[in-house]
Amino acid sequence: MDNQLFSGTGSLSRFILRRDRIRIPIWILSFVLATVATAVAFIGLYENAQERQAIAATMENPAMTAMVGPGYGLANYTSGAMMAHQMLLMTAVVVGLMSVLLVIRHTRTDEEEGRIEMVRSLPVGRLSNVAATLLVLFLVNIVLAILTGISLYALNIESMELEGSLLYGAALGATGMVFASLTAVCAQLSHNARSAMGLSIGILLLAYIVRAIGDVGSEAVAWLSPLGWIVRSEVYVNNIWWPVLMTVGAAVILGALAMYLNSIRDLGAGFLPARAGKTHASPLLLSPFGLAFRLQRTGFIAWAISMYVLGASYGSVMGDMESFFADVDLMQDLLVPMEGFSLVEQFVPTLMAVMAIIATIPVLMAILKARGEEKNDRIEHVLGRAVSRNRLLGSYLLISLIASFVMISLAGLGLGTVADAVMEEGFDTAMAYQAALAYLPAVWAMIGVTVLLIGWLPKLTGFIWLYLSFSFFVIYLGSLFQLPEWVEKITPFGYVSAIPLEEFDWLQATVLTAVAIGLIVIGFVGYNKRDIGS
Amino acid sequence: MTILKTTGLSKKFGDFAALDGVDIEVGKGEVYGFIGPNGAGKSTTIRVLLGILKATEGQATIFGKDVWKDAVDIHKRVAYVPGDVNLWPNLTGGEVIDLFIKLRGGNNKSRREELIRRFDLDPSKKCRTYSKGNRQKVALVAALSSDADLYILDEPTSGLDPLMERVFQECVREAKAEGKSILLSSHILSEVEQLCDKVAIIRQGKIIEKGTLKELRHLTGTMLLVETKEPMPNLAEVKGVRGIEQKDGALSFQVDQEELDHVVRYVSGFGIIRMESAPPTLEELFMRHYEGTGTGGAV
Ligand SMILES: Nc1ncnc2c1ncn2[C@@H]1O[C@H](COP(=O)(O)OP(=O)(O)OP(=O)(O)O)[C@@H](O)[C@H]1O
Ligand SMILES: [Mg+2]
Repeated sequence: MDNQLFSGTGSLSRFILRRDRIRIPIWILSFVLATVATAVAFIGLYENAQERQAIAATMENPAMTAMVGPGYGLANYTSGAMMAHQMLLMTAVVVGLMSVLLVIRHTRTDEEEGRIEMVRSLPVGRLSNVAATLLVLFLVNIVLAILTGISLYALNIESMELEGSLLYGAALGATGMVFASLTAVCAQLSHNARSAMGLSIGILLLAYIVRAIGDVGSEAVAWLSPLGWIVRSEVYVNNIWWPVLMTVGAAVILGALAMYLNSIRDLGAGFLPARAGKTHASPLLLSPFGLAFRLQRTGFIAWAISMYVLGASYGSVMGDMESFFADVDLMQDLLVPMEGFSLVEQFVPTLMAVMAIIATIPVLMAILKARGEEKNDRIEHVLGRAVSRNRLLGSYLLISLIASFVMISLAGLGLGTVADAVMEEGFDTAMAYQAALAYLPAVWAMIGVTVLLIGWLPKLTGFIWLYLSFSFFVIYLGSLFQLPEWVEKITPFGYVSAIPLEEFDWLQATVLTAVAIGLIVIGFVGYNKRDIGS
Repeated sequence: MTILKTTGLSKKFGDFAALDGVDIEVGKGEVYGFIGPNGAGKSTTIRVLLGILKATEGQATIFGKDVWKDAVDIHKRVAYVPGDVNLWPNLTGGEVIDLFIKLRGGNNKSRREELIRRFDLDPSKKCRTYSKGNRQKVALVAALSSDADLYILDEPTSGLDPLMERVFQECVREAKAEGKSILLSSHILSEVEQLCDKVAIIRQGKIIEKGTLKELRHLTGTMLLVETKEPMPNLAEVKGVRGIEQKDGALSFQVDQEELDHVVRYVSGFGIIRMESAPPTLEELFMRHYEGTGTGGAV
């Protein structure tokens, strides 16, 4: 290896591992445990082939394909096939998210904080930091792959044989690797950590959506997305290795591209154009709220568009669903339509739940920005002037609340309007919108928990992401099969009326909103009492 | 009239006492210097004064109001420049200045333009591209263009070039002339000596020396350089004499102010060939405290 470029990569890698000696094991363990727990749950829930086959029938429709990927082995829906079909893609997306967060943390964030500058002044190669970050991420994903594979095999479930289990793990690891490299590329393109993170998560979401459209409509489109490759490994059914190997290959090529881009740019610079600035501030900027919004404007708009696109892409599937149900008489028997609802409408709550939890991400980011500003020592500029803590945190809270309304609305409207356009029978957009709005109290409760953390346990605000991921798994699994009642009740998303199947429960929504308000108030009390600082 | 006053101010981070009984008092129209080695507690004191950190014990008031409870009211009349100026990378300097002025509740366009000109700042650049000195200028322009009664400046000139430092000193003098009070933390002794009326020296969270410049000068004593016909073997034992050094045949030493008369009488007994005296410098006193060899002294 070229000394000028790579010297010190080893020590830097060890340093990264040392800095993340808690973070990385938590991530890996969470994935392994979640995977094993799901596999065990599947076995417990569906005891025989008959029951599994019944579920397989409900899986065979475009909405499910859009959400979880194409079903392989539906004809012989073994526990393994079921696991791979229902869990692999979603888990892979979250593994991708882990890679995005870790890579940004060790590349652009470090660069922005001036730490890379110090490292570069040492006898360390120009590319060593990117190389070390990718090295660590590859290692993390390989360990994740092996541990997941072995743990699945160790469960000793008949249909989960060794090869399939290892492939399952490898598919997760490969996804993590390719998104690590993609993020490293994004980190070179953008000027700062936030936009690099936005870009990376955007690409992850786009990869999911492109795959969804492809899986439902055209095989060729699905091949445009790395997530499309992953699901085509047909784990536990045909165990095809080459899509996974191809993903690893793509990760290596993208990693090399990231290093090339890193080598031709200046420290602190990016490739995307930066516009010239204004001498005076617009009146819109001149308040804590204006500032808070301005700092997040780009991300806010990008998320808003993404939410609409996500809703729209689920909506576009509704047309396929309609014709699908028209063809298959079998379905009519299995999914007994409820009084007054079309079969298609029955999928609305499930899709809405997934979208609502995704929509919660930008909402939480908006309120967490208050803590981010504090960590960067910028909040004292504001608090050192005639701005109270309530007004300051209130500004971020307001943006968060606005975001909750905007993101949820756009997701619901995206689903409704597009579904209405593509379905012959038409689709009740107002109903979809109501189904979406029903999630608002739950999202507010998540905001409440976050404010509580910001007020009382500022060092632990990151835990909200763990809680959201947990909510996602619980709700997602709950939508696939009956979980014990209490499990869903640990997350606010378990207290949402499944419109249109259920009536809107005013009492439940009111109680949830009251809880959210309570948490927010307690959080504000703490925020007014504590020290401000990193 | 007292503008700022702390009594027995203490701040603990866990078990570590960052501040331990800090008493300072800034009067109207006063420039109050706040000095001490790295990690002594200057920034911590200032953050407590701004209501960003909550004091563990003791009292701090500004304009007679409690710094924690009435933070917002107080801040309407306070301008602050932090020690480390971190700005938002994607806003321009001009935008940040406008924002800061607005958040304080003032609006003085002409003063803003004048200061931008005097500090030679390009307000149209994004903060990401500013050098350290330029970031400092943004914070200074925002603070100085506000019509505050108290300026709290934490190492405001770190990173400024000598020319800009002079502009800063002019601005401080102007503010003082208008009857405003200034709390200035600094490591630049000449700056403190030139600007401040009073100085407090903090070390490991304790105020170890404070008073007017005159009082502090008094503490340091006079430097004497003496060459005598006969050697002075017992000079070191004379009361009030410190730090004797040989310098090309002569002896240089320091004499406490109150013992000056007595020491000169003693020395003259040996036949003075040459005698030079240097005015007392604060530098020496400061250095003694920075090094931690200072005895605290007696006022
Ligand atoms: N949030 C914190 N938690 C723990 N210790 C802290 C914290 N903030 C400051 N300290 C400690 O308090 C002491 C005083 O720090 P402070 O920043 O006030 O020093 P300073 O006098 O401003 O130094 P400098 O001249 O380097 O700016 C230091 O020992 C520092 O490590
Ligand atoms: Mg300091």
